[in-house]
Amino acid sequence: MTVGPKGRLLRLWLPLGVSLLFTLFPFYWMAVTSLKPNQELYSRKVMPLIVHHPTLKHYIDLFTETNFLEWTWNTFIVAVASTAISLVFGAMLAYPLARIRFAGAALVSFAIAATYLVPQPLLFVPLADIINKLGLGDTLTSVILTYPTLLIPFCAWLLMGYFRTVPSELEDAARIDGASRVQTLVRIVLPLCGPGFISAGIFAFTLAQNEFLYALIFLTKTEVRTVPVGAISELVRGDVFYWGQLMAAALLGSVPVAIIYSFFVEHYVAGLTAGSVKG
Amino acid sequence: MTAPSLAPALTHRRPAFSLGRWLEQGSVFSWLMVAPPILFLAALVGYPFFYGIWLSLMNRPVASEGTFVGLANYIADWHDPIFWQVVLNTFVYTAVATVLKMVGGLGLALVMNQDFRFKNLARALLLLPFIVPTVLSTIAWQWILDPAFSIITWTLVATGLIHPPGPSWLGNPHLAMASLIVVNVWRGLPFYAITLLAGLQTISPELYEAATIDGAGTFTRFRFVTLPLMKPIIFIVTMFSVIFTFADFQLIYVLTHGGPANATQVFATYAFDVAMGGGQLGQGAAIALSMVPPLALIILAMAIYMRPEKT
Repeated sequence: MTVGPKGRLLRLWLPLGVSLLFTLFPFYWMAVTSLKPNQELYSRKVMPLIVHHPTLKHYIDLFTETNFLEWTWNTFIVAVASTAISLVFGAMLAYPLARIRFAGAALVSFAIAATYLVPQPLLFVPLADIINKLGLGDTLTSVILTYPTLLIPFCAWLLMGYFRTVPSELEDAARIDGASRVQTLVRIVLPLCGPGFISAGIFAFTLAQNEFLYALIFLTKTEVRTVPVGAISELVRGDVFYWGQLMAAALLGSVPVAIIYSFFVEHYVAGLTAGSVKG
Repeated sequence: MTAPSLAPALTHRRPAFSLGRWLEQGSVFSWLMVAPPILFLAALVGYPFFYGIWLSLMNRPVASEGTFVGLANYIADWHDPIFWQVVLNTFVYTAVATVLKMVGGLGLALVMNQDFRFKNLARALLLLPFIVPTVLSTIAWQWILDPAFSIITWTLVATGLIHPPGPSWLGNPHLAMASLIVVNVWRGLPFYAITLLAGLQTISPELYEAATIDGAGTFTRFRFVTLPLMKPIIFIVTMFSVIFTFADFQLIYVLTHGGPANATQVFATYAFDVAMGGGQLGQGAAIALSMVPPLALIILAMAIYMRPEKT
């Protein structure tokens, strides 16, 4: 059945256009707002959809008057460290589950699935108490330790799928040649699963950048804050919202994630869909 | 004199214990691999979970020892009108947002499942709300819904649809809930759309051809070919979405803080207010744990309703 140009407009371009407008408008609005001088921002007289007198003042203020750079650095450190921990631990869980029949494997899989389904709000009260008792409050260690609990199950699940794609003949051949299990894993399996680690890593990295609740509770000092917590706690003073700076922070905070994502869209989509399609 | 001949015979009969060989056994190697991450998760997920149950049975103001009070916190919840408002709000928020995301996501997936230029670009752009840190995009929405300078209000006034000053999007209880749902759908719909699209692409075109030959129209093909094959994927995506919408915190915390007058207060924000704002760790833990039974029931009901039909 062929569809004429009119049908195609109705079935494709119109719904797609509306979806894209709905999706992208908040980002446009962030950018436009961050470039407006205050008198334009808070005026009811000028047409608000475009910038009449663009200025970088909000960005300059953000860098000179707040600790935005420090928050960005903290966010980066935390995301990299928790992603690294999650990839290592995820692979340690995934490889035996994907490759070796061992007693208790079902129990381990169940534990991973259960952990995956635990939402943070269920655990934040006891965790806050535990972090305090350990003296880890206001340290980046507190979030570097807790973020992997959100990321490991996903990484393990995704990597299991990739480990299964390695032909077992390759592993058998290596073992017959005298390689130990660890050597087989490191020299044969891991190099073949690069794409899996990229997918899991990207996903973990964006999730770690996104996390808010634990960071809000554990990090109360400006020098250890991450971008989301810093923006919410320090660019809103009392009832005063510094909208220009807030929008500049929101845009700049989103850019690193968006850039990394744009390079690895295919890996990201593969990671996103692996669980629901293959599983 | 038999002793000298015995010694070599013994060593031959029984090879020395080899650590290397012991480690090469499948189960030993597996458990050595999984033990560190399992212990890590047990310490930071398992232990806090049970410690949370223990806390919920205590009267435990912050920075004090606390006393065991049994189920008193849960009984206090039962008699707390705000708690029941929280239950209702959470169900409304989860149900409406999930249905909109499911229907909208499936619709968008069907649209995206056609061949067109710039398809990969469109897919990448549509996923943006899902990957950008939620708090940051929610701040943008807060400005879009600002009481004085909302761009939505401005557009409606400019087109003559409403008169100034226009509605207070986050100040009116019903509008505030509706606004939260819209923002949640904005953020979550791409996940549905892209995941369901991946599912649609696994359906063999031959099935559609066969159905068309049998005289099936567009709707019939959708109803009897697409939907049954998509059921498992829809189930998994929806289950994730329900859990994380039910337990949503950041979006509501940023946009309304649960206000106005608790009209958008949900489990996570209420537990946060009581535990962190009010310093009542025990009561807060009890509110957070109250999420578990309704969530378990919803998942069970979905599993029964949506289980793949046996043939």
